[in-house]
Amino acid sequence: MEFGFTTAAYVVSAVLIILSLGGLSGQESAKRAVWYGIVGMALAIAATLVGPGSGFWLLSLVLIAGGGAIGYQLATKVQMTQMPELVAAMHSLVGLAAVFVGFIAHLELNRVLGMDAAGKDALEGFAALLAKKEAVEINILRVELFLGIFIGAITFTGSVIAYGKLAGKVDSSATKLPGGHLLNASAAAISLLCLVWYFNTGGFLPLFFMTLAALFIGYHLIMGIGGADMPVVVSMLNSYSGWAAAAIGFSLGNDLLIVVGALVGSSGAILSYIMCKAMNRSFVSVILGGFGGPAGEQMAVEGEQIAIDADGVATALNEADSVIIIPGYGMAVAQAQQAVSELVRKLRAQGKTVRFAIHPVAGRLPGHMNVLLAEAKVPYDIVMEMDEINDDFPTTDVAIVIGSNDIVNPAAQDDPNSPIAGMPVLECWKAKQVFVSKRGQGTGYSGIENPLFFKENTRMFYGDAKKSLDELLPKID
Amino acid sequence: MKIGTPKEIFEGENRVAMTPASAKDLQKLGYECVIETGAGAAAGFNDKTYKDAGVEVVKTAAALFKTADVVAKVRPPEDVEIKRLREGQTLISFFYPAQNKELMEAANAKGATVIAMDMVPRISRAQKMDALSSMANIAGYRSVIEAGNNFGRFFTGQVTAAGKVPPAKVLVVGAGVAGLAAIGTATSLGAITYAFDVRPEVAEQVESMGAQFVFLDFDEEQQDGSATGGYAPVSSPEFAAAQLAKFREIAPDIDIVITTALIPGRDAPELWTKDMVDAMKPGSVIIDLAAERGGNCKLTVKDEKIVTDNGVTIIGYTDFPSRMAAQASTLYSTNIRHMMADLTPEKDGTPNHNMEDDVIRGATATHKGEITFPPPPPKVAAIAAAPKKAAPRELTPEEKRAAETAAFKAQTRNQVTLLTVGAVLLLGVGLVAPASFMQHFIVFVLSVFIGFQVIWGVAHSLHTPLMAITNAISSIIILGALTQIGSSSSLVVIIAALAVFMTGINIFGGFLVTRRMLAMFQKS
Repeated sequence: MEFGFTTAAYVVSAVLIILSLGGLSGQESAKRAVWYGIVGMALAIAATLVGPGSGFWLLSLVLIAGGGAIGYQLATKVQMTQMPELVAAMHSLVGLAAVFVGFIAHLELNRVLGMDAAGKDALEGFAALLAKKEAVEINILRVELFLGIFIGAITFTGSVIAYGKLAGKVDSSATKLPGGHLLNASAAAISLLCLVWYFNTGGFLPLFFMTLAALFIGYHLIMGIGGADMPVVVSMLNSYSGWAAAAIGFSLGNDLLIVVGALVGSSGAILSYIMCKAMNRSFVSVILGGFGGPAGEQMAVEGEQIAIDADGVATALNEADSVIIIPGYGMAVAQAQQAVSELVRKLRAQGKTVRFAIHPVAGRLPGHMNVLLAEAKVPYDIVMEMDEINDDFPTTDVAIVIGSNDIVNPAAQDDPNSPIAGMPVLECWKAKQVFVSKRGQGTGYSGIENPLFFKENTRMFYGDAKKSLDELLPKID
Repeated sequence: MKIGTPKEIFEGENRVAMTPASAKDLQKLGYECVIETGAGAAAGFNDKTYKDAGVEVVKTAAALFKTADVVAKVRPPEDVEIKRLREGQTLISFFYPAQNKELMEAANAKGATVIAMDMVPRISRAQKMDALSSMANIAGYRSVIEAGNNFGRFFTGQVTAAGKVPPAKVLVVGAGVAGLAAIGTATSLGAITYAFDVRPEVAEQVESMGAQFVFLDFDEEQQDGSATGGYAPVSSPEFAAAQLAKFREIAPDIDIVITTALIPGRDAPELWTKDMVDAMKPGSVIIDLAAERGGNCKLTVKDEKIVTDNGVTIIGYTDFPSRMAAQASTLYSTNIRHMMADLTPEKDGTPNHNMEDDVIRGATATHKGEITFPPPPPKVAAIAAAPKKAAPRELTPEEKRAAETAAFKAQTRNQVTLLTVGAVLLLGVGLVAPASFMQHFIVFVLSVFIGFQVIWGVAHSLHTPLMAITNAISSIIILGALTQIGSSSSLVVIIAALAVFMTGINIFGGFLVTRRMLAMFQKS
């Protein structure tokens, strides 16, 4: 069969997908970009169905439609606050699919190798492609599909655990089995041995053992990473799913798979890098889990946390001219974004300057806060990044911290022994007055004491963020 | 001991240094209070209210000076009052020792202690006895009232059935205490208020009172007002020229000018020249609060109201506080009371003249037969000096170029190293791998490269949509499953079908979620 048409379609599809990623550089162009992606994907599938995948095309279509119906349900029903879970869950699907495709490639390969020349000639589709391979190519193919399965399996279990942690179904604190990194290392070593074994024999067993080891690595790796590092984890898993696709692309000789896999892989890698930089942590230390040990005693925090009620906050807000709101994961948990949006609307109606300061790692997903605020109809041009707004705090009357903790921790700058020392933070304590909406007196996800709460110009507005804001709203006039 | 207040003998002075209320507070400090009959009448306090407050009323000034140990009054003493002083007696009043040397020497010759209320240092602790500020506050308020009295229009703009009235435009020159008070009053009456001061750091205070600060197009670094105890320093000739040019530009638009500019120990600077007065509209009003020291406008006649040929009213009254005698007396007597409280830490009715105390030392002009004026600078700086901004050193062009070249070289080195390593690795792979693999490998490397180039441009706020869309397109793995599903092995078909199904979920879910998210982003 001639695949000239398919190849041409793949090229168009690849260009469209690249454009769709590039289009995300701005909010307006992004709306167009997503259509590029959709068309690119549709074109790729159509071309495959017409060309090399024409075997059971009806069955394929039915399955895609069935999956599509579920996907549609998921996508329209999901709450924006559950976005991190959804993304993690969907990564696991890609990982699992990569494992399946890898196994099929293995099965087909062995089947084809067992045939004689006449049988090979009669083959169609993928099997026909395999039949034409030379010995060296088959060896390379083995390595490729081995890698594809390995990465896919890690992505699968890793994403499942990440989903569990984000959805609150698995304890989000960093937990490790006894043995810690040694377990991971030995699992990796087993995988490597299996590779050699598989490379020489081509048997099913080494592949199977490796898959088990990889599944374990995925599970254990993510279990060992705390909830606060989830933005890195999710984008890392995103990256893995891309690399898995690329590896599978190699073994199938499919250039589009390679192109898109590589795009997704590098995109996730860059995102992880950006997140790590925002936390001033090395990628390795995040992946290996836990914070680096502090070099000495952390500074003791002096003073006391002074509480304030809704009336006090309302008075200060009514008097303020400029307000900066710093949302964090707590806002997402309390589903307070609508209330925040309403507060902003009211304050802006009075002619006050109201802006949002978003830390790069606020929330559990890169850009999480932006999406939540957008959902609550907060215009994106008042939502600022850390670097854009950090210098404006000294001229700000009121800073409101809603459910964030580590990203506004002055210890990152003041205390060289703090576990988060050197991490860039939003300098909200430089505002004339700071209100912190927080559930209780406990420390945040990282378990680090926050001196901000003890500062003289800080008042604690205790309570569930949404309830507090609902109480506050009628008092703003 | 006894504190006594005589009737002010200065012509037209209505204020009094003791009110019934302050007398009660003074008694709490252990003092007995005496007042000359009729002393408070002009300020609206009659003898009866004093008596009710437990104040002894004496018939004559002479009798008062005889009985009182501490004499509190408003105006500097006149010769006749100096003559009545005796040794050990304390006089508290405005004194202006710098201008009234002879008076000071005369008082000292009598052996009396003189506490000059105008010499109270401007430190936070002494604000409660800063009589200059409390009087300046009244002057500022009254100046606007006086201007309104002579101005034929509303301050506030109105749209009435009988036509539209534009708001008055008020310019306040000098944003000291009086200036700020004038700004506040004018603003609250509804005028559009502008203000100017040679100290750019007061712009914030001006704006906080609701006026617009008039900025000059002038770059010279102004002396920080904190160096001169919060008073305005003398400005350079260039600055003065720029300032006059600005005033000349806005003069035709201004309805009311209130000038309050004074420099300690000098004549008032001329800020509002004749040609500016000529440029103003008929009916405009100028209030010159610096009239006592020659006036900020040279046409000003001290203590008089004049009307120029072009119909501009210029008021040079110097007795604004006295024109609001009740209010001025209340505030001034409170300042006196605070001074006495500082002098009487034991509250035993005996002044303890502690010359170690910054405030008391600063205000004392003569003490125990010695002239103690001028005082040494206070130990506490009046106002914290503004931290000098360390100007970032301008790099010379050579340094800049050197830095750029170095950065460029480092970048080049990095890139070349990366490229070399990459090329060597590629070559290494190419040596062993077959051509069919290399073909795909090149595609892979290029894609990674494109990915890196494209993703850096993605807006931070769109990272979540980016994750969702990359998630959706990573379902491209469906192509693998699709090509494999047409196998003759049923096991393969089943597994491939599963993979197709799962990725189907992902494609639709991913793209729809992305679209949903992106649709939410909107501009204000």
